[in-house]
Amino acid sequence: MSEYSRLSTESEVLLAVDNLTVDFPTADGVVKAVRGVSYNLRAGEVLGIVGESGSGKSVSSMAVMGLLPKSAQIRGSISFRGEELLGRTEKEFMQLRGSKIAMIFQDPMTSLNPVYKIGFQLAEAVLAHHDIGREAARKRALELLEIVGIPFPERRIDQYPHEFSGGMRQRVVIAIAMANNPDVIIADEPTTALDVTVQAQVLEALRSAQRETGAAMVLITHDLGVVAGQADRVLVMYAGKPVEIGGVDEIYYEPRMPYTLGLLGSLPRLDADRAERLTPIQGSPPSLLSLPPGCPFVPRCPLAKPTCDEQEPELVPTGEPGHYAACHFSASLIGKRADEVFAVTAADAALPASYGAEIEGVTGQVTAIPEQPKAEQSE
Amino acid sequence: MSATDIDPSAPILEVRNLVKEFPIKSKGVVRRTVGSVQAVSGVDFAIRPGHTLGLVGESGCGKTTTSRAILHLQPANSGQVLFQGRDVTRMSRTELRRMRRDMQIVFQDPYASLNPRITVSEIIAEPLKIHGLYEPDGRAQVADLMARVGLNPEHGNRYPHEFSGGQRQRIGIARALALKPKVLVLDEPVSALDVSIQAGVINLLEDLQDELGLAYLFVAHDLSVVRHIADEVAVMYLGKIVEIAQTTELFEHSQHPYTKALISAIPIPDPRRERERERILVEGDVPSPADPPSGCRFRTRCPLRPTLPEGDQARCSGEEPTLIGRGRGDAHRVACHFAGAND
Repeated sequence: MSEYSRLSTESEVLLAVDNLTVDFPTADGVVKAVRGVSYNLRAGEVLGIVGESGSGKSVSSMAVMGLLPKSAQIRGSISFRGEELLGRTEKEFMQLRGSKIAMIFQDPMTSLNPVYKIGFQLAEAVLAHHDIGREAARKRALELLEIVGIPFPERRIDQYPHEFSGGMRQRVVIAIAMANNPDVIIADEPTTALDVTVQAQVLEALRSAQRETGAAMVLITHDLGVVAGQADRVLVMYAGKPVEIGGVDEIYYEPRMPYTLGLLGSLPRLDADRAERLTPIQGSPPSLLSLPPGCPFVPRCPLAKPTCDEQEPELVPTGEPGHYAACHFSASLIGKRADEVFAVTAADAALPASYGAEIEGVTGQVTAIPEQPKAEQSE
Repeated sequence: MSATDIDPSAPILEVRNLVKEFPIKSKGVVRRTVGSVQAVSGVDFAIRPGHTLGLVGESGCGKTTTSRAILHLQPANSGQVLFQGRDVTRMSRTELRRMRRDMQIVFQDPYASLNPRITVSEIIAEPLKIHGLYEPDGRAQVADLMARVGLNPEHGNRYPHEFSGGQRQRIGIARALALKPKVLVLDEPVSALDVSIQAGVINLLEDLQDELGLAYLFVAHDLSVVRHIADEVAVMYLGKIVEIAQTTELFEHSQHPYTKALISAIPIPDPRRERERERILVEGDVPSPADPPSGCRFRTRCPLRPTLPEGDQARCSGEEPTLIGRGRGDAHRVACHFAGAND
């Protein structure tokens, strides 16, 4: 096990992911979706995994649940309470899923079965792992609906999913996830499809689910605001790899990886000066089909130096306990603000140099676009 | 961009009592009209040249319908949309076409709003050709537009699928700019983009406004983005504007309970503040616009109403509040009988 996942030992490690890699063979080549993810999840803690689309945050969690398609090549180790999960049969996974580890998916429209009543689906989750009567299961279902804050649960329990709104459906999904008092809940973008006021309700329901069951939670999201309010620790992913991990305060106040700093700088926030310009990260994430050697963030990184092209940085301690960053120059970020590192610009960087090569029929040199000469901003 | 300077010029776009209804059809073969949904019920606002009005609200509040009615893409049932003093809802087809040179829209989904079968140059040139403005130096015009939105003009003969989401949104913006419009309607222009990409597009929109003096109607559900870009913000709920004010005023002194709840529900990417924050939780979901609550439309979810004496509560359900100026001048208007009651 790598050093950084062994560090603190306050409470029992429930889920240990070590050097997990997931490859998908496709017609165009092997997509390296996850390239070495390691983390420990301890009892009662909330680990936030953040990253942009395609960073591998969902795929790594699907691997934990054993939900990836057969074509996926998974290596590394995923252990739950010391028992290895990789290589288990579907039958063995089924005993674990829903009882010890539960998952909440992004889209509540598709994670409930439209032809069964809510009560049936809740009871089904309970009955799958417990040998109790139908009546007892229904009672438990009512109790669960109450915990997640569904009004009039006695009436609602006999309704179908289409009679529920998006936020209510997501709360039902949360209720199902907590039905068997799991030890670990994995929530994959649980509030992404919802409006803000409904998001606040669902986050509240998630909190009560966690309080009731005492479960540890992996919260996967692209929303840095949601993570700030929910997580104890944060793992930032980029191009299939963790690039920074640490306590939530360290990640937000002292990020040591340019990508994390850039993400925070590109967010318009309610508590910032309105006149302040945002600092976008130039370019877009690399293709996971043909990653060049070296740090995958190089094409977008304002700090990149020749070493970065040659050697992919490993996660190394930053000096604070439990805080690790994968950047050769992470020390130079100490005390830096996003606008001191990233250019305040509106231009889009040219397509990454590797981009044109993937596309058939595109020939010719892809050159960087010169900055547009712009009138000085008065603000 | 500066929000504070008072612009004496007349509004370039004014919306008065705009109403848009959609019929509800019965099931079966005949599909008779059995009722109607009022998606937008009486919306008023004005935008001055060079300024941005942010229109915010949750899904189904009518903000997108409003933006489409303004461009006459979905004709309004009643009310007026005055573009430079002329009513868009009464224009002939020829007049509409002329108007659309001055008023353009950027759509939310950069994947669905670009024709995948033609090159980016052709996409951007299309409005010019339709309006007969594609001059012999058209190629240069297109290249200039691409450069203006921060794209490499050399990529003009690529197809939309070869671009990322953020770049596609820039193509959509270039297409909207082609006719040198005065007003841009931006319908959730950044909500489909990843944050690191979103910031670049927001900066671009700010720069374009400064350079070209454009007026924006910025429709979005993300209040942090709207706060950043808008000079004035209107909050919609179930087809009505419940509060409208200058941006800073709205975010610092919101008076409508819905606005307060919306602002308090936005997560801030700051763990310490998040831990200390108290949220105003709104119960339940948005009611169906086909059957809106009587009186104040927000009363079924209002966190303020249960704290009011009974007589006042009856007023909420009996009498519909009008959008009136409150406290700090007429620029801040609120539709609530008891706005600021618990402050």
